[in-house]
Amino acid sequence: MNVNKYQVTSFFNSTIIHIFLMTVAVTCLFPLFWMLRCALMTNQTVFTDKSLIPHVIQLGNFLQAWKEGDFGMFFLNSVIYTTSVVIGIVLVSSLAAFAFSRLNFPGKNFFFYMFVAAMMIPLPGSFVPLYRLMTMLGLINTRIGYILCMINVGLSMSILLLKTFFDKMPADLEDAARIDGCGRLGIWWHVALPLARPAIAVIVIFNSLSVWNEYILAALLLNDTSLMPLQRGLMVFEGTHSVDYPLLMAGLTIAAVPIVSIYLLMQRHIIKGLSSGAIVG
Amino acid sequence: MSNVNTKSLSVSRIKDSLTNFSFVLPAVLIFSIFYIYPFFDIFNLSLKEWNGISSHKIFIGLANFKELMQDKIWWTSMKNACFITLIALTFQNALALALALACDRKMRLEKFYRVVFFIPPVLSEIVVGFIWRWILNSGVQDGQHIGLLNFWLDKIGLHHMVHNWLSDPKTALACIAVVHSWKGFGWGFIMLLAGLQTIDKQLYEAAKVDGAGGWKTFTNVTVPMMIPVILVVVILTILGSMQVFVLVLSMVGQGLVYHTEVPVTRILSAMTGTNRFGYACAMGVNFGLILICVSFAFKVISDKMKQA
Repeated sequence: MNVNKYQVTSFFNSTIIHIFLMTVAVTCLFPLFWMLRCALMTNQTVFTDKSLIPHVIQLGNFLQAWKEGDFGMFFLNSVIYTTSVVIGIVLVSSLAAFAFSRLNFPGKNFFFYMFVAAMMIPLPGSFVPLYRLMTMLGLINTRIGYILCMINVGLSMSILLLKTFFDKMPADLEDAARIDGCGRLGIWWHVALPLARPAIAVIVIFNSLSVWNEYILAALLLNDTSLMPLQRGLMVFEGTHSVDYPLLMAGLTIAAVPIVSIYLLMQRHIIKGLSSGAIVG
Repeated sequence: MSNVNTKSLSVSRIKDSLTNFSFVLPAVLIFSIFYIYPFFDIFNLSLKEWNGISSHKIFIGLANFKELMQDKIWWTSMKNACFITLIALTFQNALALALALACDRKMRLEKFYRVVFFIPPVLSEIVVGFIWRWILNSGVQDGQHIGLLNFWLDKIGLHHMVHNWLSDPKTALACIAVVHSWKGFGWGFIMLLAGLQTIDKQLYEAAKVDGAGGWKTFTNVTVPMMIPVILVVVILTILGSMQVFVLVLSMVGQGLVYHTEVPVTRILSAMTGTNRFGYACAMGVNFGLILICVSFAFKVISDKMKQA
């Protein structure tokens, strides 16, 4: 055995590092585990049984939350909002970014910097005039009103991201497509969009996260229970069933599981997107 | 002949520009209606007294702002947001940096850590708030603590630490700040780690050759190279933490007392609670200007540091 001093200290160091990292990792996961655990309990045992694995496990809460707690409806609404907003953002922002990058028209720079400036200016409380506007337009308490507002929220960042991507697109490809008889719209659809797939992936993920988790506009713009997405529904549910913890935890699980699974499936893109953002920013 | 030619050319050019402009039209329309109009309207409304329903708005000049300057609760809420931001800047960012430094090497489970640390940021503030509210619950049933934290504290013999975490004014804000940091450190971690990985490894080798130890390498190589990324993280932390409010709503609700109020909850309650839309807008303008000043100050600092 010739273990030198260096190896001993490095083994020691790496163990300490792993203990540190593991502690934080457990702190990240434990609250989620606790949520799931409590969702599997009954109203009688949840207050008294504090063991990690409950003695009596029952899945009935999920069914009850889904049906009686209206979480099935909230869930469906969230899916509708998230998909339509994300599709909207991708289409609208890629068309605009394509034009900003590849086409010419008067006022191009003005409009582009308008979008960039919007990202720089924090506007807390903008929901007050937005609420007034939506009332005037008769879009309060409508799906389309909420969807349009949320498309606007994700627009600037997506345009900026896609424009930097389209700027790098080789002109040869565009020329080749033009020779093949593609118009501007054809180039956008057949050349630009497929090439921008990595950027679109980042846009899809981040906007899905933000729409799925959005609360305040949903709270102000949607009054009908039948129109509410999950986050808003959770708040309403908590207000009326505040002591029914297992059911609330089941509701939280229904809200958390889809987004965590999407994240786990797509995490490579998220980390890539954030990393490039950090370096560019 | 040539005259006709140029004319048709310019007509086709205008047509061309119009077609090109139609590509940005949907974006510009949505943006003008849902961003630019409210942007100007917030200034307009801030000069008025309006209950949100009646068609009658009274122009009152800067009276809302004058009132705001003397509004003690408003400035308390500002102080509370500063406290949360301070915790996020120190505790959360120090944790993020420590984790990033620990992960910036080849080792087992590196990917696992990376994935796990970004789970809290993926969750909504509502979900996070409700889970922690449940864990921090201070209720007692049949002589047993309902909340997990109090239960454990009691179990391991720290009876004196058992506490009404979220209903005591002294601890409620701190709990919110810690949960906010818990939810947020993953962002800083990912960005700082990405920054660390762009540092040329040869610089570390060179420092080693020069006989620099771990700490010296950190202060003389790592920190200077990381300043741009650190500044981005700091500014995003400030803007994010100052505007936190959904977490407050889900953890303590809009309580009757003001010890957990933050600026955005004040704006919200001026709007939905007391129906003072003009006053709410004045708050928004006031708060927005403060945030712009802060981020501008940081921009200046970062430019100075880049030059140095």
